[in-house]
Amino acid sequence: MTAMIDISNAEKTFTMHLQGGVELPVVRGVSFHVDPGECVVLSGPSGAGKSSILKMIFGNYRCDAGRIGIRHQGTVIDLAAAEPRQVLSVRRSTIGYVSQFLRAVPRVATIDVVAEPLIANGIGRAEAREKAGVLLRRLNIPERLWPLPPSTFSGGEQQRVNIAHGFISDLPILLLDEPTASLDAANRAVVVQLIEEKKRQGVAMVAIVHDDEIRHLIADRIVDVTSFAAAA
Amino acid sequence: MAEHIDNDQPLLVAEGLGKNYGRLTACRDVSFTLYPGEVLAIVGESGSGKSTLLQLLSAQLEPSAGRVSYRMRDGVLRDLAGLGEAERRFLFRTDWGYVHQDPAQGLRMAVSAGANVGERLMAVGWNHYGRIRDTASSWLERVEIDTGRIDDAPRTYSGGMRQRLQIARNLVTDPRLVFMDEPTGGLDVSVQARLLDLMRGLVSELGLAAIVVTHDLAVARLLSHRVMVMKGGRVIETGLTDQVLDDPREPYTQLLVSSILPP
Repeated sequence: MTAMIDISNAEKTFTMHLQGGVELPVVRGVSFHVDPGECVVLSGPSGAGKSSILKMIFGNYRCDAGRIGIRHQGTVIDLAAAEPRQVLSVRRSTIGYVSQFLRAVPRVATIDVVAEPLIANGIGRAEAREKAGVLLRRLNIPERLWPLPPSTFSGGEQQRVNIAHGFISDLPILLLDEPTASLDAANRAVVVQLIEEKKRQGVAMVAIVHDDEIRHLIADRIVDVTSFAAAA
Repeated sequence: MAEHIDNDQPLLVAEGLGKNYGRLTACRDVSFTLYPGEVLAIVGESGSGKSTLLQLLSAQLEPSAGRVSYRMRDGVLRDLAGLGEAERRFLFRTDWGYVHQDPAQGLRMAVSAGANVGERLMAVGWNHYGRIRDTASSWLERVEIDTGRIDDAPRTYSGGMRQRLQIARNLVTDPRLVFMDEPTGGLDVSVQARLLDLMRGLVSELGLAAIVVTHDLAVARLLSHRVMVMKGGRVIETGLTDQVLDDPREPYTQLLVSSILPP
């Protein structure tokens, strides 16, 4: 009733025109919901379509059938049928996405990369940077790196910048694609804490995590993606 | 964020737009709606009709079919073909910008950089020399040109500086819509990245709407919210930029996307 995400019978197939029109079914009959303050973890082997489902919820992949209901500014929007500008509005004020890899603009300083989502939502530069600094410090990114663009950082550092960028906004839905994959134990613990805090704030989350220990720590519910297997 | 009259009202509407040269069809049946603050990229190879389309949209060419309407500052959506001379002048001099691929087409190469920027202000009635110079100088700074070069003519500038100057000249009148034709076209890769980053910042700070023609999908990804893919004069695929580039549907779009060399 008050689910933040409500997916029913969503379906995705890739048609590879350059390979003679081969059809690559990814998922079919995807149906689950996520309540506020709940973290749903998608499980299943590699290639089962977990990332594709996350991308469909973000509007990055198109849906061939079904419905992706998102509670957005007091109403429910079907993202599978939404106009581009509605999707953008949902991304600005409702859904955040923490991808596995950082896609940053060259030349932009780390602190500004992290502060950007707040500035885009109209928060002043100084305040946004202050909040960005707090998160970067928690994620153990040394202050001397903040003025540098993250492109030269190590994989783990880039991922932490990415996490800071994803967690800084107060968005009611967060999608997490392997947020702890290349992190050490101390930083994994920080991410688990951040997820706990988001839950307490009522944020609905969908996550992909391969690490069993982390999964047990954060999951309120596990959705097995193999049940949506579409292979003919 | 810049203020908008009404973000839910379209800024520009194209309906069934087409252009023929004799029996040759340069583009046909193009329809879309652009909202304030939205950046639309038009991608496709040379000869796909994208440059013709940009000229139709910016009232530099008369369409053979269809029409373009634009919301004037009074809030009324008007057919470009029916505008009076004063209204057209207002669009070209103030409310629109047009960034050419070749800066020499958009600048006056023999007059100073300051005059190039100031000229657009004088055209809209500014007459206080000191104020014009101050504004020109602050715009040079915004596009990262050393203000010590304000009295030099752009022909003494590098390609990247010329392109940044052209952008300053266009934005100084606070336009609501900017057309860009291959804005990073003739530049070195390192210079392109800097220019793209600058344009991206300016567009979002000023809340500008823009229509960008490019054959470079990286430019589309970095700058635009939405993309239209053109082939043989028609729009074959359209949607949210990351959706079209990450999940392309049409055979031609899949070919374009798969043809990018990894860095």
